[in-house]
Amino acid sequence: MKVLYFAWLRTKIGLAQEEVTPPAEVADVAGLVEWLKGRGPKYAEALANTAVVKVAVNQEYVPYDHPLSAGDEVALFPPVTGG
Amino acid sequence: MTIRVQREDFDVGAELEALTRGKTSIGGVTTFLGLVRDMAGGSSVGAMTLEHYPGMTERQLEAIEAEARRRWPLDDVLVIHRYGRLEPGDRIVLVATTSAHREAAFESCHFLIDWLKTKAPFWKLESTAEGEQWVEAKGSDDNAAARWEK
Repeated sequence: MKVLYFAWLRTKIGLAQEEVTPPAEVADVAGLVEWLKGRGPKYAEALANTAVVKVAVNQEYVPYDHPLSAGDEVALFPPVTGG
Repeated sequence: MTIRVQREDFDVGAELEALTRGKTSIGGVTTFLGLVRDMAGGSSVGAMTLEHYPGMTERQLEAIEAEARRRWPLDDVLVIHRYGRLEPGDRIVLVATTSAHREAAFESCHFLIDWLKTKAPFWKLESTAEGEQWVEAKGSDDNAAARWEK
């Protein structure tokens, strides 16, 4: 699946997007975020406080218990500040 | 309806002219124009860079607009939101609503900017004398948006 990072998540992790293949037991957003944290200290720091990490799957806001499939586009970003 | 997410500036007068020209059923137009402010939390802002999520931004703005049309009898809706580097005084966002009557135009314009601020995936990076920092979301914006929850 494709994972996108925006704003300070992008700068902390150092990537705008990447293709990942998490193990089969990663079934939902919460599982993916936990798995990403194990990829290195930058991920662990950026994703430490999930209260300030919003999630969209296929460009729609979803809660952390939203199920994932292999072809999903998952975006992680801070609360939005447009307007 | 028109939703535009663009780097370029826009001409408010020309946009309103295009929105209303020849449409004699319109009785009122309400506009909200958002500008880059020169101060943020006591620091002087030299510039601001707006990042967005191409694709999702348009989808979210379309969904917010569809909700406004469900709630009010609107003739038309225009939303233009810029991204990229902007300086104090620059235009950021224009929301315009047209309707036969002023109440629908006023209320829907207010609703659109409140929901846009909390739902459209844009992020502001401010450059001040102390360096660059990402603008944090405000609880007051969440409260403003929550007024319109049904």
